[in-house]
Amino acid sequence: MSVLEVAALRIAAGMREVVRDLSFTVAEGETLALVGESGSGKSATARAVIGLLPPGLRQSGGRIAFAGQGLSALSPARLRALRGPGMGMVFQEPMTSLNPAQRIGAQMEEGLALHRTLDARSRRQACIAMLERVGITDPERRLQAFPHEFSGGMRQRIMLASVMLLRPRLLIADEPTTALDTLTQAEVLSLMKELAREQGSAILLITHDLGLVARHADRALVMQAGQAVEEGAAAPLLAAPRQPYTQALVAALPRRGPSRALPQAAPLIEARDLSVAYPGRGGWFRRAAPMQAVQGVSLSIHPGEVVALVGGSGSGKTTLGRAMLRLLPASGGSLLFRGQDVTASTGPALLDFRLACQIVFQDPYSSLDPRMRVRDIVAEPLRLPAGMPIPERQRRAEAMLAEVGLGGLGDRYPHALSGGQRQRVAIARALVRNPAFVVADEAVSALDATVRKQVIALLRDQQRKRGFACLFVTHDLGVVEEIADRVVVMQSGRIVEEGPRDQVLDAPAHDYTRALLDASLRLPATA
Amino acid sequence: MALYVLKRLLAAIPTLLLVAASVFFLMRLIPGDPALLVLGDAATPEAIADLRASMGLDRTLPVQFALWLSQLLGGDLGFSITSGEAVGPLILDRFGVTAAIVLAAVAIAVLLAVPAGMLAAWKQGSWGDIAAVSLATLLLSIPSFWLGLILLLVFGLKLGWVPVVGYVTFAENPWAALHYILLPIATLALVEIGVLIRMARASTIEVLRLDYIAHARAKGVPESRVLLRHAFPNAFAPTLTLVGLVLGNLLGGIAVIETVFTLPGLGRLLVDAIFARDYPVIQGVMLFIALVYVSVNLAVDLLYPVFDPRVAAE
Repeated sequence: MSVLEVAALRIAAGMREVVRDLSFTVAEGETLALVGESGSGKSATARAVIGLLPPGLRQSGGRIAFAGQGLSALSPARLRALRGPGMGMVFQEPMTSLNPAQRIGAQMEEGLALHRTLDARSRRQACIAMLERVGITDPERRLQAFPHEFSGGMRQRIMLASVMLLRPRLLIADEPTTALDTLTQAEVLSLMKELAREQGSAILLITHDLGLVARHADRALVMQAGQAVEEGAAAPLLAAPRQPYTQALVAALPRRGPSRALPQAAPLIEARDLSVAYPGRGGWFRRAAPMQAVQGVSLSIHPGEVVALVGGSGSGKTTLGRAMLRLLPASGGSLLFRGQDVTASTGPALLDFRLACQIVFQDPYSSLDPRMRVRDIVAEPLRLPAGMPIPERQRRAEAMLAEVGLGGLGDRYPHALSGGQRQRVAIARALVRNPAFVVADEAVSALDATVRKQVIALLRDQQRKRGFACLFVTHDLGVVEEIADRVVVMQSGRIVEEGPRDQVLDAPAHDYTRALLDASLRLPATA
Repeated sequence: MALYVLKRLLAAIPTLLLVAASVFFLMRLIPGDPALLVLGDAATPEAIADLRASMGLDRTLPVQFALWLSQLLGGDLGFSITSGEAVGPLILDRFGVTAAIVLAAVAIAVLLAVPAGMLAAWKQGSWGDIAAVSLATLLLSIPSFWLGLILLLVFGLKLGWVPVVGYVTFAENPWAALHYILLPIATLALVEIGVLIRMARASTIEVLRLDYIAHARAKGVPESRVLLRHAFPNAFAPTLTLVGLVLGNLLGGIAVIETVFTLPGLGRLLVDAIFARDYPVIQGVMLFIALVYVSVNLAVDLLYPVFDPRVAAE
């Protein structure tokens, strides 16, 4: 018996169809993954199932039936009665999916009050029990807290608790862990699966992450441009994809590159006992103690070496990356570049250091000036040192753009480019001066799998060709497999493990590294 | 909490001092001599000099400023040059008129415009929404004095429902007083409704797009409750900021409307004082306006966490 039946579903945005002729069923207690990249129509499908398409989208055809009952025939009141105990939904962004103006307890109780005949005390008891179940400590006090008092992972647990409290027969999870770091991701997903199993709920899992599908889904449906491409039991489908698109998706999964032997050389850049502290929040009469983000870290990077700096959110990895470029001031220790102490250098010495180092940021939407043409963005680093004539700068920028695969697009503005193309612009801007050292700060985290694969390949090829040293800050161990020579693992502002890539990934010495590896969603070895 | 309020009020002292200093010195840059204005063209130079001396205007500017400040610290705002009244009570008296009109108008505007804006956002693109937006734009584009004059013409002259000129205080005759301030309140409320509908609509549209609204609907929450419990508190927070700014602005005097309706409000007091170079009154009123601004904004900041707990008062 299927909980959900979708037949010939069509969803239109104005005249354009974003979902075409999509049919699938979800059986009682089963987990079906809708897999696809951004724009494949998977989220729109999820919203249509629960009848909450965002403004601008409408269902233009097809039938959605829950437990044999067509949804379009239901009155708004009957549909509301179904939402909650029939279908529950977990959203992607834990920062915006809980009402910031309402206490956790009130938000959790709301569904119970609507759908169950319980008195206030039993509702409260149910909420407390559920919070306890999802691992929130001190649940009685926490009921009084507002969402902003919790971390992203905690909010997603609360979200899950609030939805599962109504024991839905179908749980729709729209990219439920995409916004979380690797470790939290694994915890929240396991929790979701456990709760669904306990309550016998089926799950419609919307995701772009094949690793997650392999680990958590019974069946998978691959979508591309609004249409189903391939459907089947999850494990065989990923092990032996039949359709070219699925094959491309699977091929985009990280594969370990060959390890390289690098010539021994003096370190290019070296952090010695480096500390970075964020000042405490200032009060009127006293100042809170500073937050130690990086605590006495020593790290040297050799010419031409790619070092992956790995850790969860809040581990201090981004802070360390920025401090090594002196984008953040060190509060202790020293920074050496080509043997010279640059910790506090100013004037020409600092300029030399700055010209030799570059950074690629995580978010290609905010790291490019929206009012500059792409060619000018790439040419800008060539303005220093002064002297290069403008036509020469423009010519080099064009050549660099061609090299990153954006030849002929120099006249465009960033908004006219896709996310992947923008990140290529950011890379071109970083490399146009032939830097000696590049920090890539989660440079591919915001990209879809296939695009990510291409951008990583571009970075690797450019690195091999130009031979710059690179510090790749990431929480994604897949990237490490592909590109790193050496891995440095950070936790709570300290380096806990460091070594050649194969050694760290195959024989991790530290518990935290092992936990990270376990949590990282890689395909089983058969794939 | 009390400590926070105290801190905020203490923090306003430099602002008030700055206002005091700039008003004092800027006023003296405007040509014109109060003594001359009081005595008229026919006065002898000796008489003018005597009057200037008795006003303290013969001393150097820094000395005058120091004297005024020390007076101020004693809570004394001085006396009006033209009428001889004490400035403090004069301001409070006139402020009562302005405050009655402004508070009533803004309250009416909020009560009408916020629900209207929210409903328009909820039914975005519907005829009701288009009507609300058009009304808001229309109200925004009408100058308040023109609207006031038209209302006077229709309800005062043609229909004769309300008196056209004058003012009676509430203490004298509440029923009559109400008649006098009815049209000014309506005028002001209509203008502010335009601003507030737009603001409430825009912030509600923003909020309705967010996941927690979808989350509430996905729980089966009825639309009325989605709007009241989930959208309203979040959408009202930015509107509240605007209301604070509007209130601060209007409480400082609504000279144009007070002039149209011949009401003895704070705005008129200030304008008349400027024409008469009545330095003590001008300085007193300006300081008072600054104080009102600071207080209104403090009140808004204290109220804000009720709607947005992320912004705690401390």
